[in-house]
Amino acid sequence: MTALPREQIRQTLADARLQAAIYAATGRLMEHRRQVVAPEVLPDYQELREQARRIKEHTLENLDAYLEQFEARVRARGGQVIWAKDGAEVADFLLELARRSQARLLVKSKSMTTEEIGLRERLEAHHFEVVETDLGEYIIQLAHERPYHIVAPALHKTREEVGEIFSQRLGVERENAPERQTKIARAVLRQKFLAADIGITGANFLVADSGAVVLVENEGNARLTTSAPRIHVAVAGIEKLIPRAQDLAVFLKLLGRSATGQPLTVYTSVLSGPRREGEWDGPEQFYVVLLDNGRSRVLADRDKRQTLYCIRCGACLNHCPVYRRIGGHNYPWVYSGPIGKIASPQFQGLTQDPWLPFASSLCGACAEVCPVKIEIPRLLLELRAEVVKTQAREKQRRAERWAFKLWAWVMCRPRVYEALSLAAGLLAGEGDSQGWLRRLPGLLNAGPLRAWMDYRDLPAPGRSFRALWRARTARVRE
Amino acid sequence: MISRDHILNKVRTALGRSSSREPAPAPPARLAIPEWGPEERWRRFACALEKLGGKAVLAGDGAEARQYVAQLTCGRPAVASLSPFLESCGIDELPGVRRRFRDAAELRAACAAAEFGITGADYALAETGTLALFSSREEARLISLLPPVHVALLPASRLLTGLDELLGLVPDPAGISSALVLITGPSRTADIEQILVRGVHGPGEIHVIVVNEREETGS
Amino acid sequence: MPARVSLFVTCIVDQFFPRAGLAMAEVLERLGYRVEFPEAQTCCGQPAFNSGYREEARRVARHFLSVFRDAEYVVVPSGSCTSMITRHYEELFRKDPEALEQARRLVPRVWEFSQFLLEVAGVEDVGARLPAVVTYHDSCHALRELGIREGPRRLLAKVRDLELREMPASQECCGFGGTFSVKFPDVSAGMVRAKVDAIHQTGAQYVVSVDASCLMQIQGALNRAGSPVRTLHLAEVLVRQ
Repeated sequence: MTALPREQIRQTLADARLQAAIYAATGRLMEHRRQVVAPEVLPDYQELREQARRIKEHTLENLDAYLEQFEARVRARGGQVIWAKDGAEVADFLLELARRSQARLLVKSKSMTTEEIGLRERLEAHHFEVVETDLGEYIIQLAHERPYHIVAPALHKTREEVGEIFSQRLGVERENAPERQTKIARAVLRQKFLAADIGITGANFLVADSGAVVLVENEGNARLTTSAPRIHVAVAGIEKLIPRAQDLAVFLKLLGRSATGQPLTVYTSVLSGPRREGEWDGPEQFYVVLLDNGRSRVLADRDKRQTLYCIRCGACLNHCPVYRRIGGHNYPWVYSGPIGKIASPQFQGLTQDPWLPFASSLCGACAEVCPVKIEIPRLLLELRAEVVKTQAREKQRRAERWAFKLWAWVMCRPRVYEALSLAAGLLAGEGDSQGWLRRLPGLLNAGPLRAWMDYRDLPAPGRSFRALWRARTARVRE
Repeated sequence: MISRDHILNKVRTALGRSSSREPAPAPPARLAIPEWGPEERWRRFACALEKLGGKAVLAGDGAEARQYVAQLTCGRPAVASLSPFLESCGIDELPGVRRRFRDAAELRAACAAAEFGITGADYALAETGTLALFSSREEARLISLLPPVHVALLPASRLLTGLDELLGLVPDPAGISSALVLITGPSRTADIEQILVRGVHGPGEIHVIVVNEREETGS
Repeated sequence: MPARVSLFVTCIVDQFFPRAGLAMAEVLERLGYRVEFPEAQTCCGQPAFNSGYREEARRVARHFLSVFRDAEYVVVPSGSCTSMITRHYEELFRKDPEALEQARRLVPRVWEFSQFLLEVAGVEDVGARLPAVVTYHDSCHALRELGIREGPRRLLAKVRDLELREMPASQECCGFGGTFSVKFPDVSAGMVRAKVDAIHQTGAQYVVSVDASCLMQIQGALNRAGSPVRTLHLAEVLVRQ
């Protein structure tokens, strides 16, 4: 069980440069999105969201059939489908494949699913060279860090930090200009692409009626990962399925716009199997690994199943006032932000990070921008109730429950409530000249209430509304 | 096999089912195709592509297209695909252009060394300034990917309104080819301090020449 | 016979912002409503609900339902309390058919204050006057659960001599979130600081909202920052003449 990373959060909040970087980057992504979903530009935006939600709902309700259809179509085109219960099985498959094919170098395009299962680390532990080819992922691979954001993994790094990483890890001369740094990465990675034996990708979508893997990107690294090496392995959660190629019209219209404000990303690849007769390039072997890793369990919960609709656009992160301050590394799992807050408890267990569902002001900005209409605040509330129930025996929860039991008892008895509010008014005193308290009196000046008061004043209770109302009514009567 | 059954069983159980069945009918596919004539399609295509830093050219005929390419490449090393449309425009005859390769390895080496990759395109999408390329015997994937400049030629009749229209015409892309790629502008990243840099792994420069056919245009 | 309006002032207004409740009552009376205050009222149950204690929330919510059972209209000076009642009681009482039935009958009669003025009373101009520069904070529940955005702005536009200046990111959360501000005080403080900066950027003398909890959060931070800006509930603006 993890504890709330209070100290780490405080450090993040105190780091002015980091705060500015996160705020500016997410702010920019928000603005770009806003421009391309504005009613003048995309009048049927709301309709598209509803359609996307319905397709995802339908697909999950029929997931078994679509999985089987997908598998049949992949095999019909000469590919293979591997089913993996968890990350270990994915790694085992890849290790076996790499050995069998005498592969030594693997290139990888950006895939949160492979981060989720720590695939690269597992392969590296067996002495395979695995290179991340997405520029942001490459940077954090060299830096031995976790991605900071679902779409922008190196959002937190300055150019100086990148220059340092490159010069240290690649032995190149120090370069601080992003343009030059990109050229360096391009040159290094190109060699890797052309020499690699296996290319590993994720999948943004799996298309059931085509047996196709759909990849969206801006750099071209996914295209190279899937066109240069002789083997392509796509690792994807079972929830990535959509029924038909035609459904891409809805999803592709929403994904780029929601993520980065692009009507379409630079490259969208629809890949279905190894190269065909006559084709010049493309892989000779094509594998799709279907990963469960807890998804089937989430599927079983009718209410919270919608967590699986997620198309990994990152919009919820960009709009979340909490994420925008604490950044991706203060979340316990690879999925951060609002989607991470509802996914982590369901995948990792409620008691793993019990504080996580409470780390939200429930402002609802996430739900407003989610392209597939996941009701994140509602699920957070449900998870809170579940955490509280699961932790019923914990000392902290027992105390809290008693406090709320008492509170409820008082709130059902108006006269008791009134008496207490009168007492509170007397205890708290007048406050300052404006009627505000700087500190809570006596016993209340402790723990979380005191921390709360560190940042803000509280109005001195004074005379309650009901007291004033009675006085007013009495006056009126006279 | 074991994991397959295991997972499918878990999924079925999660859905309250004991065995597979045909999926209930999916919500009808939603394709919204605007009514834009050829002029409007060209205008929107050019506008969208130029906004992304690409270059859009409207050529009156194949010869004009060929002229543009000649002035662009100036005889420098270029790899062209076996697209019949390129041939009909005379691209294969330009100095510096190579089309014939012994095998995939030679093609790849040539692409890695070339400064220009010249391809046809199966379709273009006006709304987003996009090219749609199916990989095939006539179109190798790496030609539009490895060289730093990508040049594409296509007839105006292949300029569609957008993705919806494409998917309406080609509901089963997998039936045509192992790889369909939609190319929307030059390769780019903003991974370092959100600064936009072009030409990361794919081409940093893209030119699309839409060739008007003097006869009737039509889908 | 003038229509009856029952005030549900909410515990925060009752304890900390009674003026807002009085102002609301005053405005409604001027519009010709007979305003009542059922004394047995306490709370809508939101604090317990938000903290995961649904059983305790239900007890308090049932009390609310019984207090207002015969109300003609219930008017509330809080977006979040209104949305608790009109959006979340359905879920809260999912397994309690009797309470669910009661809630369903009451919910259509429960109104957030600005929405009541615009949609029930049908007025935009309540004859108010406040010569000042104000800015408006979009409270999250009001905005996203009740769709309250243009309404208060239309009401403010009709206040004589009032200048409304929009602040950057008016829709960004103030960081209160009930127990969130207690459990995550640092993050909450960061959020309200950004809000205070945005307010200062407008040069406004007052910041207005339809939620007293937001006002409490924002005024607390303004005070701490030594700012002269004051918060006002929308009702307190509309009551000025």
